[in-house]
Amino acid sequence: MSKKVITSLILILITITLLIIAQNNLDSFSLRILNLCGIYVIFAVSMNLINGFTGQLALGHAGFIAVGAYSYSLLVMDPQLKEMNFFLKPLIAPLNTVHWPFLPALILAGLMAALAGFLVGAPALRLRGDYLAIATLGFGEIIRIIFTNTQSITNGSLGLKGIPAPDKFLFFSMKNSLMWWVWIAAIITVIFHFLLIDSSYGRAFKAIREDEKAAQAMGIALFKHKVMAMVISSFFAGIGGALLASLIGTIDPLMFRFLLTFNILLIVVVGGMGSISGSIISAISITILMEVLRALDQGFMGLPALPGLRMVVFALLLMSVVLFYPKGLMGNEELSWNKLMNLLKKPLLLKEVKK
Amino acid sequence: MTLELFLQHMVNGISLGSLYALIAIGYTMVYGILRLINFAHGDLIMIAAYIAFYSVAIFSIPWYLSFIIAVLFTMALGIMIERSAYKPLRSSPRITVLISAIGVSFLLQNLGIVIFGGRPKPFQVPELFSKVYEIAGVNIVSITFFIPIITIVLLLGLIYLINKTKVGMAMRAVAKDYDTSSLMGIDVNKIISTTFGVGSGLAAVGGVMWSMKFPQLIPFMGVIPGLKCFIAAVVGGIGNITGAVIGGFLLGLGEILLVAFLPELSGYRDAFAFILLILILLLKPTGIMGEKIAEKV
Repeated sequence: MSKKVITSLILILITITLLIIAQNNLDSFSLRILNLCGIYVIFAVSMNLINGFTGQLALGHAGFIAVGAYSYSLLVMDPQLKEMNFFLKPLIAPLNTVHWPFLPALILAGLMAALAGFLVGAPALRLRGDYLAIATLGFGEIIRIIFTNTQSITNGSLGLKGIPAPDKFLFFSMKNSLMWWVWIAAIITVIFHFLLIDSSYGRAFKAIREDEKAAQAMGIALFKHKVMAMVISSFFAGIGGALLASLIGTIDPLMFRFLLTFNILLIVVVGGMGSISGSIISAISITILMEVLRALDQGFMGLPALPGLRMVVFALLLMSVVLFYPKGLMGNEELSWNKLMNLLKKPLLLKEVKK
Repeated sequence: MTLELFLQHMVNGISLGSLYALIAIGYTMVYGILRLINFAHGDLIMIAAYIAFYSVAIFSIPWYLSFIIAVLFTMALGIMIERSAYKPLRSSPRITVLISAIGVSFLLQNLGIVIFGGRPKPFQVPELFSKVYEIAGVNIVSITFFIPIITIVLLLGLIYLINKTKVGMAMRAVAKDYDTSSLMGIDVNKIISTTFGVGSGLAAVGGVMWSMKFPQLIPFMGVIPGLKCFIAAVVGGIGNITGAVIGGFLLGLGEILLVAFLPELSGYRDAFAFILLILILLLKPTGIMGEKIAEKV
C-alpha cells in the first residue's frame, strides 16, 4: 500500500472515531449542526467540481438540491402521511402509494438530480463565463418556480412536512443513524472526488479550466467533459439535498432560493476554488460559524438585537476574501502530510541557518 | 377578450416594458465598459426606493426633492461600490469580480434588513401619480403614462450624452478597447466612475418609479427586477443601449400578455423571463442587437 492510501485510511479512521465520540457526548442541537456540516461538505465538494475544477461558473446548485430533496421525500414518506400533506390537491397516481426504504430513495434522489443536471447542462454549457452563470441561475430559479406551481406533485408552496429520518444505518439500529448516513455519504463523496480529480477525467477538467482552446487542441472533448462534470456535481447535490430533507424534516420551495447557492459558493470561494480539502475545512468551519453568529441576530455584548446582521457579516466575509485573499484558504492546492511537515520544518531550518 | 381589455393589457405592458428598459440600460452600460454583470444593480433600485420613502416619511421633504435626493445618493453609492469592490479586482479573473458583485448584492440586501427592517413598508405615492383616468373604457393610473415619458426623456438625454459629448466619446472608447484608450490619454478610472454614476442614477429613477407602480417596499424587492432587467439587457444584446430598450419592452409586454392570454400559466410569470433568456442564449448568444465578437486565442 502506498503512503497516500495509508494516510487516507488513517484520516477516515480518525473521522469515524471522532463521530463515535460525538455521538456519545454531544447534545441533540450540536449533533444537528454536525450533520449540517456533513451535508455542506457534500454540497461544497460537489459545487467545487464544476466551479473550481472545471472552471465553469454554474449557479444552479440550489435547483439540483431541490430536485434531490423532493424526490427523496416523495419516495420515503408513507402513503398516509402523503394524504395528510396533500390536502389541497391529491398526489398523482404512482407517487401516492410508493413507500421506499432509505437507501434506494437516496440513490434515486441523486439520479434524479443528475438527470436534472444533464437537462440543464446540455443546453447551458454551450455558453461561457457570465452567460453560463446567469443561464444556470435562471434554470435554478425555473426549477423552483415549477416546484411552486406543480401542486399535485410537490404540494406547491405548502411544502412537505414530516419527512422521516432513517431509523437504521444499513442493518444496524442506531441512536443517530442519520448522522452515520450523512457522514458516510460525505466521506464517500470526498473519496470519489479525490479519485476523480486524479483520473484522466479530472485532468481533462483541469485542462478545461486552465485554457479551453488549448484543451480542445489537445483532443479533449470540451462539451462532453463539461456535461459530465455537471452531471456528477448535481448527482452529489441531489444526495446532499435528500439528506438535508431528512435532517430538517420539512421542505418547501422557498428553501431553495439563490441564497442557498450563494452560501455554498461562499464556502467554495473561502476554501479555495479547486481544492477539495479547502472545501471541507471551510464547509465545516462556516457552518459552525453560521450557528455561532446567530448570537449577532439576537443581540449580544450590549448590542441590540439586529436581525440580518449575521448575513451582513457573511457578505462582508465573502467580499474581504475575494478582495484581499482571492485564492481562498487553500488556493487550488490540497492539504497533505508533506506540506504540513514542511511548514513545521521551515522555522526550524531557519533557526539552524541563523546559528 | 374585449378590445378594452386588450388595450388595458397593452398599456400595462408598455409601461412595465419601459421600466425594464430603463433599468436594463444601466446593466448594459456597465457591462459594455467593464464586461461585468453588476449584480448589485437590482439592489440599488431597493436603496433608491427606501431613501425616497424615508425622506418623505421621516424628514417630510416634498416628494420631488426626495426623489432627487434618492437619485443623487444612489449615484454616489454606485460610484462607491465600483471604487471599493470592483476597482481592486480589475486585473483578476472575471469569475472573481462576478463573485464580488454577488457579494455586494447580498451585502446591500442584508444591510437593508438591518437598517430598514424586514417588514414591508407602504410607499406614499404622490397624488399626481396615483390619479386614475378613464379613456375609452380603459382605466389608467397616471404613473402608467409617466413611466414611458420619463424613460423616453432620459433615453434621449443618454443618447445625447453618449454620442455628442466628450465624456460619451471617452465611454465609447473605453468600451471598445480599455488599454488603448488609456494610452490615448483618457482617464479610464474617471470614465468608469461616470458610467457607474449614470447607470446607478438610471437604476434609482427606475427604483422610484417601480415603487410607485408597486408601492410596497421590502429589502429583497430589487432581486426580481434586477434579474429580469439583466435578462432584458442580454436578450437585446448586452453592451448595446438600443438592444436593452428592445429587450425591456419585449420582456414587459411578453410577461403581461402571457398572463392575459394564458391565465392558467400566471404562476409561471417569473419563469417567462428565464425561459426567454435561455432561448435567446441558445439561438443567438449575442442577443438581438449584439455583434459577434471573434475570440482571440
